[in-house]
Amino acid sequence: MEAAHGHAHGHDEHAHHPSGMMRWITTTNHKDIGTMYLWFSFTMFMVGGIMAFVIRAELFQPGLQVVNPDFFNQMTTLHGLIMVFGAIMPAFVGFANWQIPMMIGAPDMAFPRLNNWSFWLLPPAALLLVVSLFVPGGGASAGWTLYAPLSVQLGMGMDLTIFAVHILGMSSILGSINIITTILNMRAPGMTMMKLPLFVWTWLITAYLLVAVMPVLAGAVTMILTDRHFGTHFFNAAGGGDPVLYQHIFWFFGHPEVYIIAIPAFGVVSQVIPAFSRKPLFGYTSMVYATASIAVLSFIVWAHHMYTVGMPVVGQLFFMYATTLIAVPTGVKVFNWVATMYKGSLTFETPMLFACGFLFLFTMGGFTGLVLSITPVDVQLHDTYYVVAHFHYVMVAGALFSAFSGIYFWLPKWTGRMYNETLGKTHFWLSFVFFNVTFFPQHFLGMAGMPRRIPDYALQFADFNMLSSIGAFGFGLSQLVFLYVVVKTITSGEKAPQSPWEGADTLEWTQLPSPAPYHSFETPPVIK
Amino acid sequence: MIGRWTNSLAAGVMTGLWSIAAAAQSKVDFQTPQSPVARDVYDLHLIILGICVVIFVGVFGVMLYSIINHRKSVGHKAAHFHENTTVEIIWTIIPLFVLVLMMIPATKTLLTMRDASSPDMTIKVTGYQWKWGYEYLQGEGEGIRFYSTLITPRDQIEGRAAKGQNYLLEVDNPVVVPVGRKVRVLTTAQDVIHSWWVPALGVKQDANPGFIRDAWFKADSPGIYRGQCTELCGKDHGFMPIVVHAVTPEKYAAWVADQKKMMVATAVDPNKQWTLDELKARGAKVYSANCVACHQASGKGIPPTFPALSGSQVVNGPKAEQINVLLNGVAKDGKPTAMVSFKQLSDADLAAVITYTRNSWDNKTGEAVMPADVKAQRK
Repeated sequence: MEAAHGHAHGHDEHAHHPSGMMRWITTTNHKDIGTMYLWFSFTMFMVGGIMAFVIRAELFQPGLQVVNPDFFNQMTTLHGLIMVFGAIMPAFVGFANWQIPMMIGAPDMAFPRLNNWSFWLLPPAALLLVVSLFVPGGGASAGWTLYAPLSVQLGMGMDLTIFAVHILGMSSILGSINIITTILNMRAPGMTMMKLPLFVWTWLITAYLLVAVMPVLAGAVTMILTDRHFGTHFFNAAGGGDPVLYQHIFWFFGHPEVYIIAIPAFGVVSQVIPAFSRKPLFGYTSMVYATASIAVLSFIVWAHHMYTVGMPVVGQLFFMYATTLIAVPTGVKVFNWVATMYKGSLTFETPMLFACGFLFLFTMGGFTGLVLSITPVDVQLHDTYYVVAHFHYVMVAGALFSAFSGIYFWLPKWTGRMYNETLGKTHFWLSFVFFNVTFFPQHFLGMAGMPRRIPDYALQFADFNMLSSIGAFGFGLSQLVFLYVVVKTITSGEKAPQSPWEGADTLEWTQLPSPAPYHSFETPPVIK
Repeated sequence: MIGRWTNSLAAGVMTGLWSIAAAAQSKVDFQTPQSPVARDVYDLHLIILGICVVIFVGVFGVMLYSIINHRKSVGHKAAHFHENTTVEIIWTIIPLFVLVLMMIPATKTLLTMRDASSPDMTIKVTGYQWKWGYEYLQGEGEGIRFYSTLITPRDQIEGRAAKGQNYLLEVDNPVVVPVGRKVRVLTTAQDVIHSWWVPALGVKQDANPGFIRDAWFKADSPGIYRGQCTELCGKDHGFMPIVVHAVTPEKYAAWVADQKKMMVATAVDPNKQWTLDELKARGAKVYSANCVACHQASGKGIPPTFPALSGSQVVNGPKAEQINVLLNGVAKDGKPTAMVSFKQLSDADLAAVITYTRNSWDNKTGEAVMPADVKAQRK
């Protein structure tokens, strides 16, 4: 995203900065760092995608054809870890870096050097994960949830994974501290909390969630590490421990983690839908409250991932009631988005297409989530492909589609150039169709009885698996269109006006030229 | 007009779904429920699906209506209304109310599902990497115990032979239960967490090492019900199915009698002196049921996690050491390894399999290990 700099904006010159590689290694600029986060995220998206290809190739037909079961398990494990920690989370941190200072009228993030360090922690962690595949015994193969005692049994690939998780967690915590401080302290005069763009609100809430739960995950994997090497028995019944304890700790992190991924996605969509409806967000205040309620509720629902571990029935009832409650604020958000579109003046450029795709498919994931929240039904569906379908509707059609929406939306501001609309729309429709071909049949597979995380399956599951694999290959290849669109925009896109979007009303569109200057606001803007 | 169109579409979709669901062993629905709990779960799911469809039609009806009629390209001018507390309160309260209604049948079903009290019989299920062990603890058939392992041949899995009808869902020893009796299942595991699932019977319960959990089912009618392990338990997680034969009480009684007879017949005199060939023949069977998944038919294992037995120092060393490994498992630096204890096998089986490994592949000790040797080392 070279175009983000290199334009003369008076004192905005930064010729005194190192050039070439050193510029990126030493940069403390929120835009440079945001750019690096986004490219890193896309690279990991490709790596995790290749792993998905391996998984779907093995599942194309019944029988073992491509890989052995152990390597298959390594693929499902690393696909999950890399997509969650390497692709989706950094993508939204990239958005936060680019957008938060511009949207609140600040020159940069509050802690620019910390910002640099938060990013540069990521590549070594990613390297550890990828290298773990090549050590004796291979990578971690206990699933991305790394359940003990299976994860205690594994080879040194598991140790590398534990360290990678530690480093990724550190990066997230530092990044979150930076985001919280920036939002609370660096708003332009007059930018009161209830005037913040919703994207900024969602990130404030997400950052608090991250600070609260990443240490919990670090604790959980450290306990595995000491069980593995230092003779502790946290998860070993023979030594007074309990394997289920790990699941409680993991999901106390894991459930808020779901919202850490989803909430910034809500934020992006809440900017895009009003802009292309040419109508203010229907219920700004209730959206803020709904997001905060989701965040608070996310701390008391973790054991709905564990309905089959044999909790006391009272515990199951509590977690069922608490979980279904989440449907209320989530419903409020969906109703608000739809009410924003109602009686608007809608146009469907690529960002809006992805936002509508998000709204439709995320709600589908919400419905299956409601089904899964009902304990007796979940007992039947737990650890089947129904769950795989459910969380891909939320994570891919939810978070990823929202990220695409945001990139098409802000690319003109970031690069100063417009993307090709036809190509963008092609990317959307290919992604939308192939996504559904891949994941919709998985609901049926799960209901009919196919467990997840198996490399081979009974014959009655054959046709839907083949369909799902075809969809997955199509979905993966469609993302090359996205890469092409972005590279083409950066290198040869048409010059973008200050605001190519009629209905966009946040500061980066109303106050800053395209591309945005290196230091966004050196004097604070006037907020009306 | 749009409203009517969406309604008839929804009606069409629902009819379609239900007619597909009605077909036997549908591919797009739960397996046909065969127990009271499975039926409750099935009905509960239909209710929730119905509610979801109604909300779906409502929400996306409005969205579709806006997409069609409120486009800029058809000349629609944006209204500027926003923030309406009454509307926000309405769409918070109504869903809350619907959820409370939904919780009533859900709570009832859950309480029934978890009430494993006063069973007619109890079976303990133990998960192993990668097979199931069954022990009839109480009720008719008390004392019967056996292991249940996948019998689908490797040739079918690796594509050298055509796949059979019950590919990956067939075992050597199925669990046999009488229909119409409340069967309590106690689950536990030897090594890592497994999960015992039979979809048609509506029972899924994790098997946690070191703990016992319970679940129950009551099969409606005779039949063969197949399920799989549903908690990732390592390499062969996908290859440890569960098969339940539900039979009439009379047939069950006959099966129990057969099993008891067999147990007497196969009981081995502990002091019998076996020949090397007898032990090797028996050991080959034990090896292919218990050891081959990790150590491989070639005895070469999958290093480093699953070491080779062929040429191994332990297998070619003093026999007491190898007996110790099979009885107690291997711990490295104080942590258990994939080589867990196999003390659940009989003295004769352990002696046989040890003898087999000491005289196969590159191992030529020529030594026979007697059941009495194993017995002497058991603690």
